[in-house]
Amino acid sequence: MTIIVKKTTQLIAGMVFMYGIYVIVHGHLTPGGGFAGGVVIAGSFILVTLAYGGDFLKLVREESGTTIVESFATILVIMIAVSGFLFGTKIFFNNFLPKGIVGHLVSAGVLPLYNIFVGTEVAASIFIIFLSLIIFKEESPK
Amino acid sequence: MIAYIMCFVLFLVGFYGVITRRNLIKIAVSMSIMEISTFLFFALVGYIDGGVAPIVDPADPVKIYVDPLPQALVLTAIVIGLATTAMMMAVIIRLYRKYGTFDIREIKNLRG
Amino acid sequence: MNPLIPFFVVIPLAGAFLIMITGRFFKEFDKYLTSMILLFLAIISFYSLFTTRENLSVYKVGGWEPIDKVPIGIYMVMDGFNAIIVCIINLVGFLSALYSISYIKRYTSGNYFYALFCLMIGGMNGVVLSGDLFNIFVFLEISVISSYALVAFGVEKSELEASFKYQVLGGLASFLILFGIGFIYWKTKTLNIADIKEAFNNGYDRTYYLFVQILILSGFGLKAAIIPFHAWLPDAHSSAPSPISAMLSGVFIKAVGIYVILRLFFNMFAVTEGIAILITTLGTLSMVIGVFLAIGQWDFKRLLAYHSISQMGYVILSTGIGMILIARGTKPEVAALAITGGIFHLINHAAFKGLLFLNAGAIEYSTGTRNLKEMGGLARSMPVTSATSFIASMSISGIPPFNGFFSKLIIIIAAIMARFYLLAALAVIVSIITLASFLKFQRYAFYNKSDINTNQQIKEVPFPMVFSMVVLSIICVLLSLLVIPDIRDTVLTPAVNILTDQLKYTTTIIGQ
Repeated sequence: MTIIVKKTTQLIAGMVFMYGIYVIVHGHLTPGGGFAGGVVIAGSFILVTLAYGGDFLKLVREESGTTIVESFATILVIMIAVSGFLFGTKIFFNNFLPKGIVGHLVSAGVLPLYNIFVGTEVAASIFIIFLSLIIFKEESPK
Repeated sequence: MIAYIMCFVLFLVGFYGVITRRNLIKIAVSMSIMEISTFLFFALVGYIDGGVAPIVDPADPVKIYVDPLPQALVLTAIVIGLATTAMMMAVIIRLYRKYGTFDIREIKNLRG
Repeated sequence: MNPLIPFFVVIPLAGAFLIMITGRFFKEFDKYLTSMILLFLAIISFYSLFTTRENLSVYKVGGWEPIDKVPIGIYMVMDGFNAIIVCIINLVGFLSALYSISYIKRYTSGNYFYALFCLMIGGMNGVVLSGDLFNIFVFLEISVISSYALVAFGVEKSELEASFKYQVLGGLASFLILFGIGFIYWKTKTLNIADIKEAFNNGYDRTYYLFVQILILSGFGLKAAIIPFHAWLPDAHSSAPSPISAMLSGVFIKAVGIYVILRLFFNMFAVTEGIAILITTLGTLSMVIGVFLAIGQWDFKRLLAYHSISQMGYVILSTGIGMILIARGTKPEVAALAITGGIFHLINHAAFKGLLFLNAGAIEYSTGTRNLKEMGGLARSMPVTSATSFIASMSISGIPPFNGFFSKLIIIIAAIMARFYLLAALAVIVSIITLASFLKFQRYAFYNKSDINTNQQIKEVPFPMVFSMVVLSIICVLLSLLVIPDIRDTVLTPAVNILTDQLKYTTTIIGQ
């Protein structure tokens, strides 16, 4: 890619990433939440990969690392759901942390934790879809 | 009333695309159009006259809110649609590698 | 509240992602982890079957109690009918996972196979155990997308083409189902199955109701491969790897197709005669057309796939007869007998069709071909496969004392007692043609004297495959004991009572 694309990506990729984190963390106050914020974060990663490119071995290493992050995030979501089972009264998805005042950032029990882990998982999985399609094209016989 | 008819017309446009197009990628895009018409229908079902968006604001206490349940269902269904489209694209790329063409009339290995 | 119900969904989901992590570090660990997970699930499903006889247990996710008798929140329900299907899913899944320990050596990425397999089982458990319409849709999509990937697993030409056809038709079915759910929500403003029946009891618009019923029947009929919607089944079931074919044909079209149709049309919609006659007609057409398309096949996995369509026609025919008799309000004991025959045939078909597909995989593993004209004389070199295949073929044709005979006998007797003489005659004719088709299969594969492959060494298949086939054939013989009245009252009669009794499902769930 040309130098204009690379410079513009350097300037705005960080801001897109911060916007994605804002949408995830405020998921219980404004519309958004895990899914939409995760897609925005994945968008910033895809932008950087498209602008700078990468050779084959670096992309394969990135894909294996991202798979481990995605599986970890899903297991953490299931463990939070199960911990409601252990500490509460035998109910999954129980909201057992103290719920604060309506409208503040730290409130509503377990929901911000769910949003963060689901957002990580969605971002990782969309980035893996993109990387597998590129790796498949790179290893095709000429 | 016009909005409901638009949903139905969009579904028929997508269905026409799946049936008559020969290129594999156009079939996948037409399936995307069909599922978008379903999401539009769901979001329209939950509309109440004179309602506002269902976000609780501590300053203005009592209002009429639009039904928030179909909106949650549509969010889930959008993610499911994304997974379906990604799966179809992966199979299409592999098909192109094996057969060498995107034309669906050339892909008839299984018969009978 | 029964705390055992969510484990059927959470354990396979957690197991799938755990396999993805540990598959990179330990090489052979994923096979044993899958087998242990599925063995644990099979044990707790049998425990649930024997403790849930007539009671219906409900689990409210998140602990949201109903307000003014109106259910809010997501319900998961286990009753007599569910417990049988959960047992079938987990047991056939465990045996297929055991079979694939040695079958999977010809493919390269083994840990993805086991992760997708666990996801598919978790999704199917979720469909069967949910009491909420949209939850059925979400778990249906999880299991169906996993099965698209598993059908295309070994990336050859025919498997990719079969997977693409399956995806287009399956996606169309999902959109029809979503439209149907939208229309139901518009009128009743609720998504709980028991609550929708309450709302429909207070009066409904007849044309609207018919439209919604046709949409839901088309969507789920496409998943269950009833006759106008069967075009994807021969390609998908014959091109998949053999343990996946056994899972698809033996469990999948029952758990996400036939189970949901029976649950929604008996317990949610009011039973009307027009829809009952339509369902019976579709069942008869499936039965007849499936077996006529199956006779001329020389590829034996396609032959087995067409026979799946025909046997599912039997199940839908007999439950359709039960629905007609309930709608007319006469002869309730004949309706109960017809539905008993249908559910018994469902259980039998899971056992013998799974065994037949596992045998087909063993033959393909040893000889490398799927064409019946190119093989012969395998009875001497593969004795275990030949014996179990003989048991399964006699079961599907309805020869006593195997299990197929008793279930077909109950269906034919129920049809005669309800004065549907034409349907009973068609059932007998189709059974005779099935017997002819399987005699052809046995002769060409096992007992034919041919000298095509005397210069190849054909041995018996490895131990895990033999173990699965022998266990399934023992189950085939043991299932014929279900016709004894004591054992039948434990297993089959609670399921029939839940479906035929119009009020029990609704009042028990709303009362809790």
